[in-house]
Amino acid sequence: MKNSLLNMVLVLGGISLVASAGVGYVYRITEEPIALAAEANTRAALSEVLPPFEQTVENELVLDDIPVTVHTASDSAGQTVGYAVETATRSGFSGEFRLMVGFLPDGKVQRVKVLSHAETPGLGSKMADSDNPLERSFVGKNPSQMRLSVTKDGGEVDALTAATITSRAYVDAVARAFNAVMQTSGGQEVDAATGATNTTPVPENTGKESDNE
Amino acid sequence: MNNLKIVLSGIVKNNPTFVLLLGMCPTLGTTTSAVNGAGMGAATMAVLILSNIVISLVKNIIPSKVRIPSYIVIIAAFVTIVELCMRAYLPDLYKTLGVFIPLIVVNCIILGRAEGFAAKNGVWASALDGIGIGLGFTLALTVIGAVREALGSGAIFGHRFISGDGMLIFVLAPGAFLVLGYLMVLFNRLTAKMRS
Amino acid sequence: MEYILIIISAILVNNVVFAQFLGICPFLGVSNKVSTSMGMGAAVVFVITIAAVVAYLLQYYVLVPLGIQYMQTIVFILVIAALVQMVEIVLKKVSPALYQALGIFLPLITTNCAVLGVAILLVQKQYSLLQSVTFAFSTAIGFALALVIFAGLRERLDLDDVPRAFRGTPIALITAGILAMAFMGFSGLV
Repeated sequence: MKNSLLNMVLVLGGISLVASAGVGYVYRITEEPIALAAEANTRAALSEVLPPFEQTVENELVLDDIPVTVHTASDSAGQTVGYAVETATRSGFSGEFRLMVGFLPDGKVQRVKVLSHAETPGLGSKMADSDNPLERSFVGKNPSQMRLSVTKDGGEVDALTAATITSRAYVDAVARAFNAVMQTSGGQEVDAATGATNTTPVPENTGKESDNE
Repeated sequence: MNNLKIVLSGIVKNNPTFVLLLGMCPTLGTTTSAVNGAGMGAATMAVLILSNIVISLVKNIIPSKVRIPSYIVIIAAFVTIVELCMRAYLPDLYKTLGVFIPLIVVNCIILGRAEGFAAKNGVWASALDGIGIGLGFTLALTVIGAVREALGSGAIFGHRFISGDGMLIFVLAPGAFLVLGYLMVLFNRLTAKMRS
Repeated sequence: MEYILIIISAILVNNVVFAQFLGICPFLGVSNKVSTSMGMGAAVVFVITIAAVVAYLLQYYVLVPLGIQYMQTIVFILVIAALVQMVEIVLKKVSPALYQALGIFLPLITTNCAVLGVAILLVQKQYSLLQSVTFAFSTAIGFALALVIFAGLRERLDLDDVPRAFRGTPIALITAGILAMAFMGFSGLV
C-alpha cells in the first residue's frame, strides 16, 4: 500500500484499535481467574501457617515504611484462633524478602512460611526449607519472651550456617510480624535488636494513623 | 521449500539461540531449571506463531514506512494476551518467569521473523516457520535449563538424583553465561562435523 | 541514604547485565571496541533516563486513572520506539556534535530490553518519580560500565589464539561468566 500520510495514520490507528480491543476482551475473560488464583494463593498460605479456621479479617499496617498485612483468623463461633502476618524485611542478602508468620492467640509462633525471596541458593535460601534452624528457633515460642537476635549477637535464634545476614533479616521480619499482631490486638510490642541493618526501632503508637492505608 | 524443511531449518540450521544468537536475555535469565526454560520457550513460541500468522495476513495493507511500529503493536498485543492467560491459568510459572514475560515484546527473534519471514511469505509457511523457530528456541532453553539444573541443583525436571547441594554457581548468574558458552562450543563442533 | 542504596544496588549488586540479564544483545553485539561501547553506553544512559520519566508519568497519570494497567506493555513499547525517534530528530537539530557521536546507536536501542525492562521494573517496585529517575540512571550506568569493561577484555581476546570451536561468541560468553562471578563479590554490599 502507498506511503501516503492518510494511509499510514489509518493503518497504524486501525491496528492499534483492533489490538487494544483484543487485549481488552482477553482481560475481561481472565480478570476473574486471575483474582481467584491470587486468592487461592493467599488462602493456601494461610491454612499452612494457621490452625483450622473459618474466616479471616484483613488489617493493613505500615511498620518502618514496610507494608504488613495481619489476617485475624476466627472459628465458626467467632473466637479468634490465630493471626497470620504477611511481613517483609529489606535487610536480606539480596534485598527484600517476604514471610508469612502464623501466631496463636497467646502470641506463640505456629509456623513461618517464606513467600518470596532472592537469597543465595544453597545458603540463605535454606530459610525456605521445611524444619530449618531459623524456623525451629521460633516455633512454639512467644517472641516477647525471647532474646530476639541470632546466637552470634547474643540472642536465642539459631542462624543458618554461613548466612548470618539472611538470618538477622529473618529475625527482623518475624519481630515486625509480632509487633503488627500486637498493634492489632493491643498487646505489648517487643523492641527488636535483631542486628539487621537499616532497622530503626519500632516507634510506639504509630499504628493507629497508618491503619487501612 | 516443503513444509518439513521449514520446521527443521528453525530447529537446527537457523536455531535462534545457537546460530542466530537472538533472544539472549530470556535464554540466560529464565533457564535456572528445565521446566522454567521450557515454559519460557512455550510462551515465546505461542507469541511467535500468532504474530507470524497475523503479520503475514495483513502485510499487504501496511504502508512500508509504518511497517515496524505496526508489527510491534501486533506483537505487544499477543504478548499481553499470553501474559494475562498465564497469570490466570499458570500463576506459579508466571511468578518465576516474572519480568521476562512482558519482555517477549523486545525479543529480537519475534520482530526478526516478522520482518524476515512473515512479511515475505504466505500464512501457512509463516505459521510453520513460527513452529520451527519456536521449537528450536524451546529446545535450546530446555537443554540449557536441564544442564544448569543438573549441575547446579543435582536434579532433572525437579527429580533430585543426588542429596545435598549441587555446584551452586550454575544456577546463579555466572553459570548461565558459562553453560551457554560451552553448549555453543559443542553445537559448533557437532554442526561442523555434519557439514564436512 | 535510600538513594545511595538504590544507586549502589543498581550499578554493582544487581547489575543489569550480570545479575538481571537485560540488554544482553547489545552487550554481546557492540562490545568489540572500547570506543564504540562508550558511545553505546552514553546513548543508553540518555534514553533509559528519559524513558523512565515518561513511563512513570504515563503509568500514574494515564494508565492507572483509566484503569487499563493491562495495556502497559503495548503503551510502553510504543512510547519507547517513538521516544528514540524523537531523541534522534531533536539531537540532530540541537546538537549535531552529540548526534554524530551517538547517532548510529540510537535506532538499536529500541530493541534493547533493558529500556523496557527498567520501565516495567520501576512500576513493579513502586518507586516515586525521583526514585525512578535515580534507579533508571544508575541502571544505565551499570550497563555502560559492564559494556566498557567487557569491550576492554574482548579487545585483548582478539589477539589471543583461541581454539576454533570457541572463537567468537562462545569465548565471549565464558568471559562474561567469569566477569559475572567477579560482580557477585558485590552482593551483600547493600
